Order: sequence, then C-alpha cells, then structure tokens
Amino acid sequence: MNRMRVKGLMRKEVYEIVRDPSSIAIAFVLPLVLLLIFGYGVSLDARSVPVAEVVDQPTYLTTSFLGELDRSPWFHPARYPDQASAEQAMMQGRVQAILWLRSDFSRRALSSGNAAIHLTINGVDANQARIIQNYVNGTWQAWLEQQATLQGQPLEIPVVAEVRIWFNPALTSRYYLIPGLIAIIMTLIGALLTALVVAREWERGTMEGIMVTPVAKTEVLLGKLVPYFVMGMGGMMLSTTMAVFLFHVPLRGSLSVLVGTAALFLLTALGMGLAISVLARSQFVAAMVAIVTTFLPAFILSGFLFDIRSMPAAIQVLTHIVAARYFVSALQTLFLAGDLWPVILPNLLGLGVLCIVFLGLSVLRFRKRLD
Amino acid sequence: MRARIPRVFALVVKELLALLRDPASRAVLIGPPIIQLLVFGYAATFELKHVPFVVYNQDQGQFSREFVARFAGAPSFDLVQFVYDQKAVEQAINNKSALMAMDIGPNFSSDLERGQPARVQFVLDGRDSNTAAIAMGYVQSIVTRFNQAQIVQHGMKPPPTVLLDRAWFNPNLDSRWFIVPGICGILTLLVSMLTTGLSVAREREMGTFDQLLVTPMPPAEILLGKALPGFLVGTAEGTLIVVMAVFWFHVPFTGSLIGLYIGLLCFLFAAVGIGLMISSIAVTQQQGLLGVFLFMVPAIVLSGFATPIANMPQAVQYITLLDPLRYFLIVLRASFLEGGGISLFWPQYWPLLTIGLICMIVAANLFRRRLA
Repeated sequence: MNRMRVKGLMRKEVYEIVRDPSSIAIAFVLPLVLLLIFGYGVSLDARSVPVAEVVDQPTYLTTSFLGELDRSPWFHPARYPDQASAEQAMMQGRVQAILWLRSDFSRRALSSGNAAIHLTINGVDANQARIIQNYVNGTWQAWLEQQATLQGQPLEIPVVAEVRIWFNPALTSRYYLIPGLIAIIMTLIGALLTALVVAREWERGTMEGIMVTPVAKTEVLLGKLVPYFVMGMGGMMLSTTMAVFLFHVPLRGSLSVLVGTAALFLLTALGMGLAISVLARSQFVAAMVAIVTTFLPAFILSGFLFDIRSMPAAIQVLTHIVAARYFVSALQTLFLAGDLWPVILPNLLGLGVLCIVFLGLSVLRFRKRLD
Repeated sequence: MRARIPRVFALVVKELLALLRDPASRAVLIGPPIIQLLVFGYAATFELKHVPFVVYNQDQGQFSREFVARFAGAPSFDLVQFVYDQKAVEQAINNKSALMAMDIGPNFSSDLERGQPARVQFVLDGRDSNTAAIAMGYVQSIVTRFNQAQIVQHGMKPPPTVLLDRAWFNPNLDSRWFIVPGICGILTLLVSMLTTGLSVAREREMGTFDQLLVTPMPPAEILLGKALPGFLVGTAEGTLIVVMAVFWFHVPFTGSLIGLYIGLLCFLFAAVGIGLMISSIAVTQQQGLLGVFLFMVPAIVLSGFATPIANMPQAVQYITLLDPLRYFLIVLRASFLEGGGISLFWPQYWPLLTIGLICMIVAANLFRRRLA
C-alpha cells in the first residue's frame, strides 16, 4: 500500500465528484428531501377518522357514549339517520367505520346488560382497521368506567389489563419511523454513491489508463471508497441533526456509539455498491441491480415497517443478508432506549460480516486485466 | 405516415434488443420482480405471529395460571420464560428477548374470587411502536374473552354494554389482501423505471443519441420508440404479477379486469413519461440513477402503500396528488377487494393521463432542445 498513490487516486475521485455534482446531491440533497417528506408525511397515527354514527333511539345513554367519541381527537363523527345511508357512505369511502346503536340499546344496558354497540369497519387497509378497532375499544372502556363511577358502583370486570409502553409511551409512530428512515436513506446513499464508480471507468475506457500504472487493486478500491465514505458520513450527520432538532426524536444513546455504528453500516452499504459495480462492469446493468436490490429490500425486509418475527422462517433467514436490518434495529435502540450492548453488539457483528463479504467480493472480483 | 410506422417499429426493435440482448440486463429485468413479489408477498404482513413474552407471576393461585395459559396457548404469542423479579423483566424487554412482559400482582386470584377487579400489568417494547400497538390490540381481545368466560362461570352480572365489531371487504383483517395488490403496483413502477429511466442518458453517454438525432425521425417518433418498450415490458410483467397475486397468494379478485387494465395502461403512460423525462434531463447515467431514486422512493412512500394518505398532513396530501402510484393503488385495491369497475375509476384515470402527457411533452422538448 503506497500512501502517495492512494492519495493521488483519491484526488482524482474528488475531481470527478466535483465535476458531476450529482454525487454531492446524493449525499446531501437526498437525505434532506427524503427526511423532510417522510418525517412530516409518514405516520401510522390515525387522526380524525371519519366515523358514521347511527342511533335508532336517542337517550341520555347514547348521547353520553357518542359524546365521548365526539370529544376524542381520533374521530371525526358524522350522524346518519339510518344504517342503510351509513353503509352507502362507507361504500363511497366517505366514512371508515360505522357505529350503530339499535333501538333496544338503552333498555338492555339498564336491565339485562350486554347491550350491543355494533362497529363496522372498512377492512381494506387491515392495519388501519385494527388501529380504529383499538381506538373505539379504548374509548368504550373509558366510558364504561366513567359510567360506573358516576353511578357509584364499582365496575364488575374480572380482569383489568393495564398496558404500559416503554421507550415510546404515547406510541408516537414518528419516533420509530425516523430512525428506520435514516437507515433506508443511508442504504440508498451508500449504494448510489459507489454503484457506478467502477463500471463507469470500464465503460469509458479510463480503467485501462489506471491498469497501466503500478497501483495495486486494493489501492484503486480504497481510492474509490474513502471520498464517498467521507461524503456519506456527512449525509448521516445531516440526517441525525434533523432527526434530533427538527423532529425531536429523543437520542438516548451516546453519540460516539451512533457514529461508530453508522460508520460500519456506511462501509457495508458502500461495499455493496462497490461489489455491484465491480461485478456488473456496465453502468446500465449496475444501475438496474442497484435499483432492484437496495430500496425495496431495505423498505420491506428490514423490520422497519413489518415485524421480522412474523415472517415465514425462510424469509427470516433471507433478511440476514439485508444490511439495513441490523442498522434499523441498532438505530431504534440507540435513539429510543440507549446504549444497550446486548442489542447493539449482535447487530454490529452482522454488519461486520456483511461488510467483509462485500468488500472481499469487490477485491477478489476486481481484475486489473482486460478480458 | 407510411414511412413512420416502420421507422418507429425499427426503433422499438432496437430498444428491445438493447434491453434484452445483454443476459445480465435481461436477468435483472425479469427475475427480480417475480422473486420480489414472492418474498415481499410473504414478508409484508402486519399480523403478528410470534410475540415473545415473559411472565412475572407473583400470584400463587389457580386463576393466574389459567390467565397465563390463555396467552401461552394463543397462536400469536410465544411464552419465552417465567421470570422472578422486576430486574429480569427489564432485562428481557431491553435486550429484545421479549416484546412483552406480563406482570401479575400477588392478589390476582384473591381479587378475582372476591369479585374485585384484578389488575394485570403489561409492558410492551415501544421501540417498534406499530408492532407494540398491534400487540396491545391482541392483549385486549384475549383479556376480553377471558373476562367473558369468567362472567359466565361465576354467574356475575354482565357488563351493561358490549362492543361487537366486524369488517367489510376483508372480514379477517388479513393485511396480505391489502399489501399484495400494493406490491403489484410498486413492482410495475419498478419495471417501467428500469426500462425507461436510463435509456436516453445511456445513449447520451455512449454518444449514440447524436446518431439517433441525425436520422430523419422527428423527436415525437424517437419518444414513441423509446416509450413503447416500456409499455410492452410493463404490461407483460404487470399481467404476470397480477396473475400471481390471484393464483399464488389467493387474493380475491372481485372487480372488473378491463377496469384494471385501463388503469394499468394509464399508469404505465404516466410512469414511462416520468422515466423518459428523468432520462432526458440526465446527462450521465449516474444522474439518471439519482433521478430514478429521487422519484421512486417518495412515490412509493407517499402512495399510501403502507401508511394511509389520510394520516398525512394536508400539505403532504397535496404532494401525493402528483404521485401516479397513488392513483394506481386505488384502482388495484378497488379491483381486487371492493369490486370496483370502470365507472368508479374515472377520477383515477384522468390524473394519470395528465401526468403522463405533461412528462412526455417535457421529454420531447428536451430532445428538441438538443437538436437545435
């Protein structure tokens, strides 16, 4: 390894970066734009769900129950005269759910009990439907307890479940989505920066120029890696600053562990791009492979949106080759919980293995030969 | 006119050859969308199947054992271990060896026997708040069922009201029915980006675009020649993906097939238009790749694929109006689950056509600018 040669190669790469500013855009504009859109745009917290209310026979009981619903920030209720018109509104997508209190509701509630509150939900978006179900259930239980207190009798419920959520008590989905988004954005940056750099030189014929010089292949690859690593870390710093100061995601872990984890992840992501570039040889194929293998796997298989434990076993195994999986888990813990080494260490280990595989593949398959 | 058709046809053949001749690019174009549909179709589910939980049971009575058994026997929960102090509870959650901890107080059974509300504390790991929220719903429904059984067993007075819920269109709330049509849309977008996003930039970089410009073909014909392969490949793969969704994943198809195909063509028109626009703005393939990602990532995240558009702030909801995938997902989901037909889809078709038309005009003008 000759320091001067590597420095020279790095300088050449920096000139290329400056000449085509799209790399700078990748490192700084991409995270800025994506985090702004996602940070404000992506949320799983349903607010003001349009709900149809149908009351066959209004009494003080129905008024009190529906009043509880009207006060809740989660619902945006609208009255409908009968079930048929409410069903039509749901068909047309004007309401997401229907609450129906039949004419015997108050009579049964005051005598035999078990008066039914009929809740019909549009189940097309199953996740959203379940969230609405939970909201209605929570509102109903709160109302039950309040009624019991008002009447001065204890509520006769055998078991009361008290649920406490650690790390994110209000279940603000932004707190867990933003660390996940950082992982996805960094995956894109890493691969985008390096996916074309080797293939480009092959295609333009400049690789021959490098081959006739005495530089070793590891020096060529190092010269390609370092400038983009510096840029990628800049992008990571920008993302973290935005997460903490703009979106107020708590950062409970230490900055040094965060930086270390991010550096290892970035190296893995750049290594993946480099491997694509070395293997593909043509920019077009490299670009296609980068489009196919980076974003969607990181989005769907990293555990960012979908729980990995619930996936079929074969696919769980497959998620181990998605670098974002380790980074999402480490980031969520670092941001919301702290430096919990039992969680962070296995993730670092996974990243380390992938990093060695990608970089090793790049070195092994990179040939200083024309063939 | 007579000369035009063979000219465009020749260009289409050339474009298809450029795409499919290279075995590597052929493989990338055909293999991954199908593999990804299979993998993502199984992976993308909001149902929890294995919620690992620990139990800290300070109660010696029989009721607490029955209560724990309800959870241990439920298909969605996996009992990891019993723990014997608060510290172990903390450790299990912190280390992610359990998503949930159940803390049963010492008076659980005696409270139940005396008819007092017995309290159980559940601790959930909120680092992944969506999973925690879903698990919370599961906990509530198991507790409710346990309570109903207790009330019947002990002849207690039933609660004044009960909540009965049911869901339309997807009675078991199977999220795969919702996600798989969404993946169809995403993969169709992916394929059309792959075929068009770099096609002009590549020729620019290689210098062959200048050769194309000195032929007698006007820009509109070049555009058509570049757009048609995207349509062909997109329609073919879109069909394959929809067929797999129906026959492999058994998502019910209740709507009109013609309505879906008109939607697919309108969507491809918009996606191919955007791809060609990106490709003709870009001078290098690196820029083209950046453009594809800068469009594709927000297009997928803001389409309503996983997080509903209705939850987004108003300003972002306006941005989603520019997103072709948003309209196509509505068509897909309505065609699959809600039995929608052409007449309901007009509000989705025309924005797609508008987006496509504007992008095609921009792309053609960018060709022309090079000509001048």
